[in-house]
Amino acid sequence: MVGLHTSDIKNPVINWIDTRLPIFTMMQKEYGVFPTPKNFNYFWNFGALAMVNLMIMIVTGIFLAMNYNASTAGAFDSVERIMRDVNYGWLLRYVHANGASMFFIVVYIHMFRSLYYGSYKKPRELLWMIGVAILLLMMATAFMGYVLPWGQMSYWGATVITNLFSAIPLVGDSIVTLLWGGFSVDNPTLNRFFSLHYLLPFVIIGVVFLHIVALHVTGSNNPLGIDVKSSQDTLPFHPYYTVKDLFGMCIYLLVFASLVFFAPNYLGHADNYIPANPLVTPTHIVPEWYFLPFYAILRSVPSKLGGVILMFSSIAILFVLPWLDTSPVRSARFRPIYRWMMVAFVVDCVLLGEVGGRPPEGIWVVVGQLSTLYYFLHFLVLVPVVGKMEHPLPLPESISRPVLPSGGGPLPAGYAAKPMEKV
Amino acid sequence: MSVHRLAAVAALLTGFAAAPAFAQEIELPKQNWSFDGPFGTFDKAAAQRGFQIYKDVCSNCHSMKQVYYRNLSGIGLSDAQIKAIAATVDVPTIGDDGQPTERKGLPADHFKSPYPNERAARAAQNGALPPDQSVIEKAREGGADYIFALLTGYTDPPAGVKMGDGMNYNKYFPGHQIAMAAPLSDGRVDYIDGTKPTLEQEARDVTTFLAYVANPEMEERKRTGIRVVLFLAMLSGLTYVVKRQVWSDVDH
Repeated sequence: MVGLHTSDIKNPVINWIDTRLPIFTMMQKEYGVFPTPKNFNYFWNFGALAMVNLMIMIVTGIFLAMNYNASTAGAFDSVERIMRDVNYGWLLRYVHANGASMFFIVVYIHMFRSLYYGSYKKPRELLWMIGVAILLLMMATAFMGYVLPWGQMSYWGATVITNLFSAIPLVGDSIVTLLWGGFSVDNPTLNRFFSLHYLLPFVIIGVVFLHIVALHVTGSNNPLGIDVKSSQDTLPFHPYYTVKDLFGMCIYLLVFASLVFFAPNYLGHADNYIPANPLVTPTHIVPEWYFLPFYAILRSVPSKLGGVILMFSSIAILFVLPWLDTSPVRSARFRPIYRWMMVAFVVDCVLLGEVGGRPPEGIWVVVGQLSTLYYFLHFLVLVPVVGKMEHPLPLPESISRPVLPSGGGPLPAGYAAKPMEKV
Repeated sequence: MSVHRLAAVAALLTGFAAAPAFAQEIELPKQNWSFDGPFGTFDKAAAQRGFQIYKDVCSNCHSMKQVYYRNLSGIGLSDAQIKAIAATVDVPTIGDDGQPTERKGLPADHFKSPYPNERAARAAQNGALPPDQSVIEKAREGGADYIFALLTGYTDPPAGVKMGDGMNYNKYFPGHQIAMAAPLSDGRVDYIDGTKPTLEQEARDVTTFLAYVANPEMEERKRTGIRVVLFLAMLSGLTYVVKRQVWSDVDH
């Protein structure tokens, strides 16, 4: 049978398809029997949750776009029409708006998980870098999506953020004119942002596909951060992780639903219910909460170009993190110093978010500068130096060793060196 | 099990959620509203009185462009009442002869604006533009509490405060100088239902009406939300039991 795939599937119709296009075999291999470390904790749910979230955003977005009018004269009113007259329009819009926040919550936890358990380290460097690319695409998409309702914060947020590019020497002003499609944020800007806001999610799907392919080449990391040694260490993805992800999804949906139904505007800004007005600047122009840490970094230097460079560096630095980290040990469980560094880093990020949401006055200027300094200190100094100096705890021999009978608790001396027994 | 890990996730979540909380410049007195909380509904009698205030007072200067007369069914008015209310306004249209003319308003019409355009509004209002009230409850930090505070917050300016020409002092308006003169006062309207029209009562009623027009979907939203959350809670429980069952043969 030259050229045909040999399929194990019994159903004749599916077998016919599978021999010619083995997608069923592929799904069975990648999501059915795919060997997955048995020791995941609930932090490993967030990749699947991000996928679910992306789908929710795309589906609600498609229906919103059917009712949205991308023009400066009609955008605000069309959003209000969606809220008032489109069947379940309020549900679509509130799910989509809060879905953006949920997406960032999920992805930020997913990333902190990766940082804590060293999932970005060899051999998963490219997997991590693709993930950072997804974050960048998400940020661009979210930013342009926030402009679409054409409220005050949409307009002024767009003005502030697009103006950042004018800091680039020589070509800055031309880039800004190109982004705007004119000489200020106006109808052409709204039109191109709508077009790109619809396009980028599908680019994200493509990059997420690469992210998953890369994941299925290296296999998942796990809370111990050690490699899978044998089939004892793994479980088939289905049903063990399908059911676990399903439970995680229920909890995620509970949080999501509580926001959508009971506090749909809690994470938003009141000002964005005021139609955009180029002649009136809001007292405080603030981005959505998920950009606040970066906004704080941007404002921490009194120079525009310096702030822009710092802000982009804060993400660019993530691309090279796998090479900044000098520690051979992945999981922070066995890294007594890095463990506390991670706690400090999370606190620093929350602090940056707090600073970003406040007017840059008084003590908050200094707090912002110090927490920005610490952000870079963490990646550029602490991570490389501590990786070299730290004495990691002894690693368990295998993933299944700590849970097998006689394997629990501290290992007796010399035990760790013993080769693994086949059961 | 991993309960403490879930708690860690929850802590992270709330940490993030708390991040955008803004420092309110002026402390707003917290009011109790019928529409507060997950089970909140609009007090229809209050909303109807609020509509009376909007019609008699606010609508002389403020537009409410997003709202249709038919939306008044949400505060408990009957179709006949709505028809009658709509018929009190004249709506510009084009006649059969192609010439501009006017017709009686219909429930399907938007609330008629007091001014034909922004410039006319400013010309009549000493240069200030009375903001559209369709979503004002959502468009102000503090929402209903802010509107109530603003409407009841007019006082004489403290000694030494120099007021701008035609401006009024208000405790809760950002900057304290507001172009709108105190719109409500004791006995400003005669309530059809006989309620005593105190300043507080009027402010409370019109705020309820403004909250309704800004969130006409709220009652359906919260009702649906209760069902969704109950369903998801049960599904979570079931899924967790299934998960335990599936994992029962694994040492982990």
